[in-house]
Amino acid sequence: MNWKLNGQVAISLLLAKWRQTLVAAIGVTFGITFFITLLSFMSGLNDLLDGLIGNRTPHVRLYNEVQPNDKQPISLHPDHQNDYHFIRSIKPRNKLARIYNYSAITQTLEKDPRILGLAPKTTTQVFYNVGTVDIAGVIYGIDVEQEAKLFMFADYVTQGNFMDLKNVSNSIILGKSLAEKMMVNIGDIIQLTTGKGQQVKLKVVGFFESGLMDFDKTQGYVYINTAQKILGVSNNEITDLQIKLKDITQAPILAKEFAQTFELNAIDIQTANSQFETGGRVRSIISYAVGITLLIVAGFGIYNILNMMIYEKIDSIAILKATGFSSQDVNLIFVMIALSIGIFGGFVGLIGGLSLSYIIDHIPFNTPALPTIKTYPINYNPKFYLIGTIFSLITTYLAGYLPARKASKIDPVVIIRGK
Amino acid sequence: MLLSVENKTILEAINITKYFHDPITVKVLDRVNLTIKKGDFLSIIGKSGCGKSTLLYILSTMDTNYEGDLFIDGVSMKNRSQSFLARVRNEKIGFVFQFHYLLNEFNVLKNVMLPGLKLNKKSPKEIEHDAYEKLKILGIEKEAFKNPNQLSGGQKQRVAIARAMINEPIIIMADEPTGNLDKKNTEIVFDIFQKLATHYHQSLLIVTHDQEFANRTDKIIEMQDGKIIH
Repeated sequence: MNWKLNGQVAISLLLAKWRQTLVAAIGVTFGITFFITLLSFMSGLNDLLDGLIGNRTPHVRLYNEVQPNDKQPISLHPDHQNDYHFIRSIKPRNKLARIYNYSAITQTLEKDPRILGLAPKTTTQVFYNVGTVDIAGVIYGIDVEQEAKLFMFADYVTQGNFMDLKNVSNSIILGKSLAEKMMVNIGDIIQLTTGKGQQVKLKVVGFFESGLMDFDKTQGYVYINTAQKILGVSNNEITDLQIKLKDITQAPILAKEFAQTFELNAIDIQTANSQFETGGRVRSIISYAVGITLLIVAGFGIYNILNMMIYEKIDSIAILKATGFSSQDVNLIFVMIALSIGIFGGFVGLIGGLSLSYIIDHIPFNTPALPTIKTYPINYNPKFYLIGTIFSLITTYLAGYLPARKASKIDPVVIIRGK
Repeated sequence: MLLSVENKTILEAINITKYFHDPITVKVLDRVNLTIKKGDFLSIIGKSGCGKSTLLYILSTMDTNYEGDLFIDGVSMKNRSQSFLARVRNEKIGFVFQFHYLLNEFNVLKNVMLPGLKLNKKSPKEIEHDAYEKLKILGIEKEAFKNPNQLSGGQKQRVAIARAMINEPIIIMADEPTGNLDKKNTEIVFDIFQKLATHYHQSLLIVTHDQEFANRTDKIIEMQDGKIIH
């Protein structure tokens, strides 16, 4: 087969109908542009929403739940080893839900190559005292550096310096809404009552905005040692151990493993936030469906234009076949026309998609719920560009295939006799 | 010896029979036998509907739906693949139709070159040179770089003849080549055919209904109702 000659014929046919060809190419360009923009935007939005929870949620969380002991005295008794025990109304022991041997667990986990990092946390219920009113709330005692490193703590502290939590003793960072409710500013001293009735005074060193209003209304962050002091427990006691993994997909398996090894409760991010993942997946499916529909519509455009071209150029096809071009040659010529429309339109579409994404990326997007976000989110994943290119080639090939086959089947005798 | 080479059979049709099935089955060609030797200048004449064009399309390998056998250059064309037949048409047969069928996307020279480029036996430069030579023989070398739609009807038909000649085919077939031309251009085209036959010993098979035109060829085959009667 003579590719060069067939290519020349294809190009001349293309240029002879350049207006129509351009319209077809614009169809592909339009499809690819919106395919890429839509996916980049949707994916950016997904990442944003996932980040809202995902950044601050540990991949695996180890904790100790208040629950009755599995091993009741009767099961330990040698006489009743083989019996089935019925015990009613078992109550948990008077022991708080804490991890007691924190430093031992940390030492083991820090050696694990699958783990990116650990952040201990001590959570406690408190009442914030505002005059005579008590506001129920929660304070988290955190290891500031680890928390900043693993869970982007710094991003959410919108006023004040987050490191002051460690550097200033007895300090607290309050949720913005909570601070507004309490009418306090940075530098003020607030008072709170612990669950045990103890009163504590803390200095406000900053505000944070998590993006979730309900959190901000009740939460405060203190340094882990401060929290332990408030609770009156040793340095070795924490309530949660937050683990960030190198591979998030391993979370469910590792959660089970850690729960067994350390005899603790463990929950993985997928179980804890299944609704987020589902939402993200559905959004992706919708954007792919819309994008692919656009490309298919563009494909029909190419199909129509090639069909029209075949009717207009039927004489030329007939004489090419009469003078020795085979069916395969004619087929190749039309597939080449379709593909060059696809390649040209697709390439311009990639640039268009990138430009449109870039423009969207620079449109201001300010919302009190998301303090760190200043513009609309865009994910510039090269994967979308690759998928766009592949789909544009496939749709244009399919759109070209049927007309090309029709052209290759033209019987020159029928055309020439018809004149 | 030379004489025997000159008289070599280049095309032989044996018992060609063809039916049209739409709307009803009609026998268009009935056991047609025909032999063409190198250098023959033949015309097929007959009334409209006698099957002369149908026979030409079978002889040209474009129509494969017939009974009987066809040999071109000693090779049977029966049960061959479309691409094999396309190759035979490209290499061994030149066509001139009533309508010129030039491609408006290419200039005159490129139109003449196309079958040569398709054959791909010579370099594009040589083919271009050949094409120019053919145009010169037909006296239209001045129009080489014009587009076909800038030419007159007679000139277009001459370009079509040049295109038929480009691969030095063993036979040129023409279907009513002067059907669309006025008296003067008919004269020119006929003179060209005669020149090709006498000067270049080109075999020519011309289908026409113009008795006057046919009379000037070396041999006339007359057809009626799907049979050769004369």
